[in-house]
Amino acid sequence: MSLMALREQLNVLVNSMFLEGLLDQQFRQLQMLQDASSPGFVAEVITLFCEDSERMLTELTKLLDQAVVDYQKVDAYVHQLKGSSSSVGAQNVKLACIQFKQFCEENNKEGCLSALNMVKHQYYSLRSKFDTMLQLEQRIQAYGSEQQN
Amino acid sequence: MAVDREAQFHVLAVDDSLIDRKLIERLLKTSSYQVTTVDSGSKALELLGLREDQDISSPSSPDKNEIAVNLVITDYCMPGMTGYDLLKKIKGSSSLKDVPVVIMSSENVPSRINRCLEGGAEEFFLKPIQLSDLIRLRPYMLKGKLKEQQPSQHQETNSSTISSCSSNNNSKSNKRKAMDEGLSPEKTRPRFSSSSLALVSYEETA
Repeated sequence: MSLMALREQLNVLVNSMFLEGLLDQQFRQLQMLQDASSPGFVAEVITLFCEDSERMLTELTKLLDQAVVDYQKVDAYVHQLKGSSSSVGAQNVKLACIQFKQFCEENNKEGCLSALNMVKHQYYSLRSKFDTMLQLEQRIQAYGSEQQN
Repeated sequence: MAVDREAQFHVLAVDDSLIDRKLIERLLKTSSYQVTTVDSGSKALELLGLREDQDISSPSSPDKNEIAVNLVITDYCMPGMTGYDLLKKIKGSSSLKDVPVVIMSSENVPSRINRCLEGGAEEFFLKPIQLSDLIRLRPYMLKGKLKEQQPSQHQETNSSTISSCSSNNNSKSNKRKAMDEGLSPEKTRPRFSSSSLALVSYEETA
């Protein structure tokens, strides 16, 4: 596939993610920060976000699995996840985290469990599109630096 | 401003989140600042040459890792030492009190913001930080450089820091006060971040 076609595909993908609310304007900021001196910036941030998020989702699952839930710890992780999703522009994940925080503050276990499921759902939807994005990005980068502008 | 011909400004960024450190580093580098990032307040103090249990750095025995910075930008919510704690340590140190400190937070809590500003912070930014926010940092760094070059005429060290901050800067208007007047939470954030006004105080928009 030509470089132009790849770029087009990536644009279409990213635009659809905006339309669906998966991403917000903060993601545009990330894209703006990527340039010749930092060509892998977006990919790096996305990758970090995914690793981080999955780690936190695992911890959250464990914490909510306890007979007696430590809501302070849960809140700390949700706060972190909310922060990182906000920083990368992962809008739906962020919104789900906000809901989650509410339930946490109320010490509402049922609510927390359902909120966690929602966060996971949003995260994994996003994750699969991020995977496609990263693959496209990689192929584009592979075309060589002189064609990147 | 003659200082521009000198070496770049050096910013120390403090945040326990790896993603946010990556971001702030890129933002700062894009704005042509030199950056060092650390993940905690205590590491920040170490780099600044100030141990947690001291109020003065040891001028005659510089630590091997000590650096000179023109500005510290720190997250508020961090485990252990918060950004506010770090701010107080810096402002309470005779050698570091003139280093401008900026605080960032993902949460818009007016009392928190006021507390930080009154504690001597130059600005309080809401996360996620935008490129346009960083433009606001320049005057603080320039002010710092100018001070270095003058014989030290300190304002009373005991006085409330808010007056010394604002009078130098002609900038009560530069202070970011996210009060409740018309500012509702999360939803209005996109409006601020996409405009060139960035996270500006009310005086400018009123």
